[in-house]
Amino acid sequence: MPLSSRHLLGLKDVPKEDIQLVLDTATTFREILERPIKKVPTLQGKTVVNLFYESSTRTRISFELAEKRLSADSINFAVSGSSVSKGETLKDTVRNIEAMKVDMIVVRHAAAGVPLMLTKISEANVINAGDGIHEHPTQALLDMYSIREKLGRIEGLKICIVGDVAHSRVALSNIYGLKTMGAKVSVCGPSTMIPKFIEDLGIEVIYDIDEAIQENDVLNVLRIQLERKAREYFPSIREYSRYFGIDKQRLEKNGKDILILHPGPINRGVEISSDVADGNSQIILQQVTNGVAIRMAVLYLLGTLN
Amino acid sequence: MKLLLKNVNLLSPYQKLNETDTNIFIEDGIIRQIGKISEAELKNCKVIELKGKYVVPGLFDMHVHLREPGREDEETVVTGCNSAANGGFTGIACMPNTDPAIDSAEVVTLIKKQSANHLVDVYPVGAATFGRKGEVLSPMAELKDAGVVAFSDDGVAIKTASILKRSLEYAKMFDLPIIEHCEDESLAGGAMNESINSTFLGLPPIPSVAEDLIVMRDILMSEYTDSKVHIAHISSKKSVEMVRDAKKKGIKVTAEVAPHHFTLTDDAVKTYDTNVKMNPPLRTKADVNAIIEGLKDGTIDCIASDHAPHSIEEKEMEFEYSPNGIIGLETQVGLSLSELYHKKILSLENIIEKLSINPRKILNLTIPKFEKGEIANLTILDIEAIWTVDKHKFLSKSINTPFDKKLLTGKSIGVINKKKMFFEGLFTDICDEFSGN
Repeated sequence: MPLSSRHLLGLKDVPKEDIQLVLDTATTFREILERPIKKVPTLQGKTVVNLFYESSTRTRISFELAEKRLSADSINFAVSGSSVSKGETLKDTVRNIEAMKVDMIVVRHAAAGVPLMLTKISEANVINAGDGIHEHPTQALLDMYSIREKLGRIEGLKICIVGDVAHSRVALSNIYGLKTMGAKVSVCGPSTMIPKFIEDLGIEVIYDIDEAIQENDVLNVLRIQLERKAREYFPSIREYSRYFGIDKQRLEKNGKDILILHPGPINRGVEISSDVADGNSQIILQQVTNGVAIRMAVLYLLGTLN
Repeated sequence: MKLLLKNVNLLSPYQKLNETDTNIFIEDGIIRQIGKISEAELKNCKVIELKGKYVVPGLFDMHVHLREPGREDEETVVTGCNSAANGGFTGIACMPNTDPAIDSAEVVTLIKKQSANHLVDVYPVGAATFGRKGEVLSPMAELKDAGVVAFSDDGVAIKTASILKRSLEYAKMFDLPIIEHCEDESLAGGAMNESINSTFLGLPPIPSVAEDLIVMRDILMSEYTDSKVHIAHISSKKSVEMVRDAKKKGIKVTAEVAPHHFTLTDDAVKTYDTNVKMNPPLRTKADVNAIIEGLKDGTIDCIASDHAPHSIEEKEMEFEYSPNGIIGLETQVGLSLSELYHKKILSLENIIEKLSINPRKILNLTIPKFEKGEIANLTILDIEAIWTVDKHKFLSKSINTPFDKKLLTGKSIGVINKKKMFFEGLFTDICDEFSGN
């Protein structure tokens, strides 16, 4: 059974069967990643462009590695700044890339909606690697994969997304995906970092981190984006850390074994302490490995559709 | 030249005229006779049969952005006027956010000169502060003498309460209104209305309270100074309620709404089409309903397009980076008739008041009359015409509209003003003195 769409722009309208298929396919690729020879010829002859308008280390490397593992020809196209400062419009850039006959475009951009825009300009399959504060679907897929790997299921679990929900593309994709898969989703963070109408999505808002720990099976702790405007939304890093940071003491106080995810990169001592980040119950590095498998699955499923 | 508009329905609410199947006889652009016309008069007369069509006082759009001077690639005074005539307007007020801004007599004179020979009357709105920067008052007296009809820093609200107070006090000497783009600066800068949709779409939000705060400030300041404030492109429920209450108290506040704010909600943003990006942004169904109530009970005095031409390149950008605004002169009449008249929200008289009479009242301009000896300043409407918007047929230099391919009922089929006529796509002089030259 193939995917129902030829692009992966977000998880908002992706059906359960598609998510299931990606997660199951990733399991196969996850095994390949454990082999001595980690390469398969699946996408031989396909060309993938990683079009990154925003700096990214791990997501780009993860995609690049996934492409190489599948034997695709991959090209990195990093553009610093927006099309405005560069002088060439996004449309022209994409048309130029299109003219070089590429099959797939992996795009990251600071502006929401750019992946959708690309589908209107280009014939290639488009994969969203993060657009503004909108969606980051492969991150949510790998988060779901990691939860399933660790707890055996997603359906029926109580999962809380902690941190700057309002400025996080990871949060929104997670909310959509997890809800589709039957989890009970809540968010927890300072009220200034929770979008005003988020309850309309059918999720609970918690302002007390201890309550969030008590009531949930999984915490997905978001990175506080210190480089962005996030700092205007709370009084100080110290205050954030004191009231929303996850440390060993807090976990012990609540006496609860809880699965903690983090999309990285970690601000140690801000949203999560080192002892928790490096502790046993966390799977943060496994998430990174799973990320490659998930991206292989997405590339494979989209790349072999046509 | 003699001209007979034959078998028209003449509707002029200001004069309480509502006549069916009458005739308007015009000679050299002046109304000579209304009603029965003698055979002798009809010699050498051009007769336009208009059975079932309405003739109304020339429509007026008090919120238009012409891009001259500065961005003549997007719109010039002349192309903007052509667009206005094609949309059914015989008069427009143009906003001061040109480059340079309309903050000196020279710029006013330039715009006046460019439009001097056009059918459409152009009334510049002067900047309230120098360079629209909100720091120093513009030379209001000089601007008034050059011909401005109001003051505004449109694009932004007048920056501080203190400069707003001084603007209102100073403008009061000339009995001219301050037109306000109501948006709190510290809450501005987003790309769409704050709602569940902004969360869905991951677009930086502009909360409606950004508008409401300035509407509140401006109403208070209008009351305090006893000077006129006109709220431009009102878009939020709360703002409509505040204007309603202020009017009840007798505060000198008036308001306009743009057609997109009574036809669309922020659901339209879901495609990231930059042609639905404007400021104030499209809001929710509750806001649209409040605007419709405001139109019905007279809280909202007039309909104005906020015609804002932008180049194709600018509108092809990423949603967040694309500039705000859509053009509206050539869809305004069709949208008003389709959405307000045919849906039985407003009577045709109400629509004419909001599209012709009230904007002129707000700007202290003479309202065209149908009387012997008056210059003919009129619009001919076919209120039942069913047509499809085609942006490539616009006379505007720009095509940034979300209404392309929309089916509408009702349109303007011609205008007459300043001894000129625009009918069936052609401008003609209807005065012999000029036609010989």
